[in-house]
Amino acid sequence: MSITEYFNLLFTDYTLRTISLGTAVLGAICGMLGSFAVLRKQSLLGDAISHAALPGIAIAFLITGAKDTNILLLGALVSGLIGAFWIRGMISKTHLKSDTALGLVLSLFFGFGMLLLTYIQKQPNANQAGLDKYLFGQAATLVESDVLLMVLVTATALVVVLLFWKEFKLLLFDPDYANTLGFNTKFIDILITFFIVLAIVIGLQTVGVVLMSAMLLAPAAAARQWTSSLAVMVFLAALIGAFSGVFGTAISASQDNLSTGPVIVLVASFFVVVSFVFSPTRGLLFKQIRLIKNRRDLQLKKTLQFMYGIAQTHESIDHPHTIRILNNFQGFTKKSLRKMEENQWILLNKQQWSLTLKGFTEAQNLFNQQTQHE
Amino acid sequence: MTQKIAIQVDDLTVAYNYKPVLWDIDLVIPEGVLMAIVGPNGAGKSTLIKAILGIIDPIAGSVAIYGEPYKKQRKLVAYVPQKGSVDWDFPTTALDVVMMGTYGSLGWIKRPGQKQKKAALEALEKVGMLSFKSRQISQLSGGQQQRIFLARALVQNASIYFMDEPFQGVDASTEIAIINILKELRKAGKTVVVVHHDLQTVPEYFDWVTFLNVKKIATGAVKDIFNDDNLTKTYGINYKVAVNK
Repeated sequence: MSITEYFNLLFTDYTLRTISLGTAVLGAICGMLGSFAVLRKQSLLGDAISHAALPGIAIAFLITGAKDTNILLLGALVSGLIGAFWIRGMISKTHLKSDTALGLVLSLFFGFGMLLLTYIQKQPNANQAGLDKYLFGQAATLVESDVLLMVLVTATALVVVLLFWKEFKLLLFDPDYANTLGFNTKFIDILITFFIVLAIVIGLQTVGVVLMSAMLLAPAAAARQWTSSLAVMVFLAALIGAFSGVFGTAISASQDNLSTGPVIVLVASFFVVVSFVFSPTRGLLFKQIRLIKNRRDLQLKKTLQFMYGIAQTHESIDHPHTIRILNNFQGFTKKSLRKMEENQWILLNKQQWSLTLKGFTEAQNLFNQQTQHE
Repeated sequence: MTQKIAIQVDDLTVAYNYKPVLWDIDLVIPEGVLMAIVGPNGAGKSTLIKAILGIIDPIAGSVAIYGEPYKKQRKLVAYVPQKGSVDWDFPTTALDVVMMGTYGSLGWIKRPGQKQKKAALEALEKVGMLSFKSRQISQLSGGQQQRIFLARALVQNASIYFMDEPFQGVDASTEIAIINILKELRKAGKTVVVVHHDLQTVPEYFDWVTFLNVKKIATGAVKDIFNDDNLTKTYGINYKVAVNK
């Protein structure tokens, strides 16, 4: 199946439509909430929480003996929340730094989860097969009720974000100040964390515990490169997330054996790379171009100033001088002299140059201009 | 003294771990003074402000703002944190940061409107930053960032202002602009409490001073208590400064 076939099928094939809608919605909620995590410098929180959700899935299965998705995800939610609040507790109650707390909770819960999974696999119960799909995710197993749950959670998260927009922004930027204004920062913090955990949990079936954090971080990191407004960033991150979901599904559906979760994550990472290189204001490429251009520009102006100094010692501005006289000053080349002629700052005549009136006034105002740009 | 008491601190003790950062602080700050809190690094100057504002839970002691607990008097108090306490690469504009000063009076969920925007613009003008209103905050210089923080507090239109090292890392013109605004606040009858590091400027800028080094060393009018004796007690060395004699 080629990509175009996929997009044709999208409108006719029920299963494909369900999966695509699911991954799109998942990408959107992860992008939206991931922006908050990134701006709070809690990028790795998502990684810890998603790993912490694994034992919850296994325990939910052990208790009920059934593979009902909603019950398994409920287990994941509970154990993800426990992980999240352990991290919070460790950071506030002990001397441990947040990276240590995150690492500890991540490996502890994940190890315990893996232990339970291998235990379950040894059980003589035919029902146990397929639990390991939560490790790397399996989008193909998404059914309508799963997607409905995703849409419901995403809609709730959207309403909460819109309602508490002002409070979220305040907490992200300056929590102490938020406190003095009378806002219960603990409540806002728990609200954000709760929805991040929720977003992670509903993504486990599709992307899996191992890669879930990329779904949160990649769209947000990409979006940050393009904008300086929080609202635009959140919206853009949601858009990039949704697009990664759909496009990732398309690629994996058109190539038989590619599993969807990793492809979605790769597509999202592609957006990150493109954003880091090509963003007009923060991108590496344009930054470098601006840097080179500014240096050349300044070099040119320094040369002009040097000429201005020489021209000042003569009665008329346009008195010609030999180019050799500039040898004391290292910053010029034939190319830069030609460039200065293009700017009509100087006139070149064989081995001689002379300042024009335009060049003279330009040099006079040089320092003022330079400081004005500050 | 016939002046009203703006802030009263009783037996305030704060500890982060085992070591006390503030020990048994009693402090009375009369209304309408411009007060500096001075003391060496680690003396608990910022902690004192944060404890008064309820950002840090004290181990013991109480704080009263005009005779009532802080929680009841929030709207009377504005806070200017150290500018280094936030991430200036946050995606927002100068005007947006100043608008945050209106969030407290708005309360939960309600959004700022035209009235709040107008107030924020006025505050920006007061600190001479109106032309920077749409500027991305990461593009501001240290002094400009400090002015934005000051504007955010001015929007709150409070009676008492707490400022944590507002002169740290700002150039002379910003320092003068800020101190002029503080003096204007005092003229309007407001009480201003400033954590301050530059002892040379204390007599010139402030009329009230508190010496702090875990314990309170002294508090009172600058002309009465800003002397070598108290400086030596606070800093532990014979700290000679040019006091107006």
